[in-house]
Amino acid sequence: MLDTALFYIFAALTLGGGVLTITRRSAVHSAIWLITSLLGVAGLYLLQRAEFLAGVQVILYVGGIMVLFLFVIMLVNLDQAAKEKRFSGQKWIALACVAAVALQALWFVSKGAGRFTLGQPSIAGENLGNSEHVSRVLFSQYLLPFELASILLLVAIIGAVVMAKKRI
Amino acid sequence: MNFQFTQTDFFVLRPAILLCLFGCGILITDFFIEARQKFFNALTALIGRGFTGYALWQQQSYLKANGLPELVGLSGAITIDGFGIFFNWIFLIATALAIIISTRYLEIEQEHHGEYYALLLFAQTGMVFLATATELVTLFIGLELMALSFYVMVGFLRGDKRSNEAAVKYLLLGAFSSGMLVYGFSIFYGIANSTKLADIAQAISSRDPKDPMVFLALATTAVGLLFKIAAAPFHMWAPDAYEGAPTTITAYLSVASKAASFAFLLRIFQSPLASVRPTWEPLLGAVALLTMTLGNLAAISQTNIKRLLAYSSISHAGYILLGLVSGNQTGLKGIAVYILVYTFMNFGAFTMVVAMRNQKIIGDDIDDMAGLMVKRPAYAVLMLIFLLSLAGIPPTAGFLGKYYIFLSLIQTQHYYLAVFAVLYVAVAAYYYFRIVKVMFASEAVERGEISDSAGIRVALAVSAVFTLLIGVYPEPFLEMAQRSLFASLR
Amino acid sequence: MHPITTVHYLFLSAALLLVGTIGVLTRRNIVVILMSIELILNAVNINLIAFSRQLGNVNGQVFAIFVITDAAAEAAVGLGILIALFRNKETVNADEVDILKW
Repeated sequence: MLDTALFYIFAALTLGGGVLTITRRSAVHSAIWLITSLLGVAGLYLLQRAEFLAGVQVILYVGGIMVLFLFVIMLVNLDQAAKEKRFSGQKWIALACVAAVALQALWFVSKGAGRFTLGQPSIAGENLGNSEHVSRVLFSQYLLPFELASILLLVAIIGAVVMAKKRI
Repeated sequence: MNFQFTQTDFFVLRPAILLCLFGCGILITDFFIEARQKFFNALTALIGRGFTGYALWQQQSYLKANGLPELVGLSGAITIDGFGIFFNWIFLIATALAIIISTRYLEIEQEHHGEYYALLLFAQTGMVFLATATELVTLFIGLELMALSFYVMVGFLRGDKRSNEAAVKYLLLGAFSSGMLVYGFSIFYGIANSTKLADIAQAISSRDPKDPMVFLALATTAVGLLFKIAAAPFHMWAPDAYEGAPTTITAYLSVASKAASFAFLLRIFQSPLASVRPTWEPLLGAVALLTMTLGNLAAISQTNIKRLLAYSSISHAGYILLGLVSGNQTGLKGIAVYILVYTFMNFGAFTMVVAMRNQKIIGDDIDDMAGLMVKRPAYAVLMLIFLLSLAGIPPTAGFLGKYYIFLSLIQTQHYYLAVFAVLYVAVAAYYYFRIVKVMFASEAVERGEISDSAGIRVALAVSAVFTLLIGVYPEPFLEMAQRSLFASLR
Repeated sequence: MHPITTVHYLFLSAALLLVGTIGVLTRRNIVVILMSIELILNAVNINLIAFSRQLGNVNGQVFAIFVITDAAAEAAVGLGILIALFRNKETVNADEVDILKW
């Protein structure tokens, strides 16, 4: 019962935050609503017993990425952008595409949840969100992508420095 | 769960490890190099290429000596097979060529930094994993590694607005398509309870093909992949990114990134999605047709040669997709031959544009080539070879690639597609001929000298030699293409 | 009330994917487009976590960590490129990024 209520609260936060993110005029407001949405997602992680990921979401997404966004919004002058119109000329084409997709989604809904068969569960996930459990899998089965991600982050650092620095 | 890093794992990963080592090495040694001696970085990168090539050759001969179809490493995350090795050679050649044409160009642009070469190597690392990984997470990170390196390289001329814009557009659409793709991947995981392609293939084939989950996964994955290969209607980033990027990167992007994305697409469509072929075959056929139409028609009116070649490369992607639509052995062999040939001819054509750049002009207008035959006949003849091959006229190699694709379409009774494909060859010949006309018939205009360097000459020579060689003596290359097929199709 | 199933999460994530897609296609401000891409990646993560719970398998959570890593890397490079663009052009609107034909 509590789980159900919490799900709807967090889902509303996530979706409402998302809708407000893409409709607000000022980029700062968009960023604040995106943070709300991200916190809602973190709540959903908790409900799904992914405690470690909920922590990562708050620390990395909200604490890291969004601060970066806010820095850049403050750095580049957005007062002017706030006065101009929000949506581009492609609006109607885009909305038509989206309406088509939404209709498709509705069709799936009307077919009912029974049509969605998922894979077979392997083990009972008693300690699923446990960081020990996550790290065991991360450092054995996914060791290669983990190492590769370090190169990815190196490229991101190089990219950010090359792009943002006046003289290399 | 026990996990051990074995000798085999190391053997399988060695080319990628060497690439990363040399990439990091360049970043460090760059500190100690004077501004005027930055070409040392290119030299280091080339030596790295040599080592990687050796490691790759060792893998190839190991497979051959033991008669193995494939070598699986890291408990199924990496599979070294003929397919992966074939594409790895293409990436290796393309990166080596990109390095040697870059030194002079970057000096003219006054952006000669070590980071450029490091990014080239990291991009190639990503490609290596795109061609050999058989597990979703590794594929995804490999794709992002390649894509992020390219975003930065496209915007590498930081003072140039066109380069900035190209990078922004490429990044926004690239990140969007990655998001779609990984959404599809998440559903694959939900269907199969595994991230390994083999398990996913099994799970999907045991399902009803009309299952909405499978359809959703197919749709989002296909959108992401078609974005990456710049197929219509997801092609709009390509002309902008190609035009604004440094020309050397345009050459590399159009060749290596496209080959890697195709390797990725071929693996996804032939392994996990093979069992839902009836669903995607007509869709891909329509996409291929649309791609050829838009690419060829838009190319006709272009005056900027980079943009023209961008649209032409979009239409080539359409031809390559046709090979997958027919899907028989001839078609897939045709894809391998086509991509190999395309690598050389397209790289050659873009290298000519690089050579046109000098202190005075950007050199990407078609009119900048006016009277090239009078000024530098050797260059005009080389460009003619590349253009003939791009148009698919024998005896150049471009004909061979198209020939196999058409043959496979007729074998599998896709007559409509075959008719359109042949028709568009005529359209393509028209716009390639415009460049030829400007080079041979127009009066020479004073546009400054061609800025050739030893590297550009070598790259042009290699591209031209292979463009002709594959055309007149195709046997060893067809043999290579044959070995690149998946074991089930050989 | 019904108990919450995995399918609920799937619909939530599909809706979030749609919202993100609308944002990417219709907004002009490049920073907001980047934020919409973050929404799409979060939709992916909701999927992964729901499947992970359903399947009793922690692989999905590990996959989600990689998606977050990638989102961070993309944001860093994207905002870096944005600063380079702004330095030369003083705009962050996609419509005014128009030297190349759009």
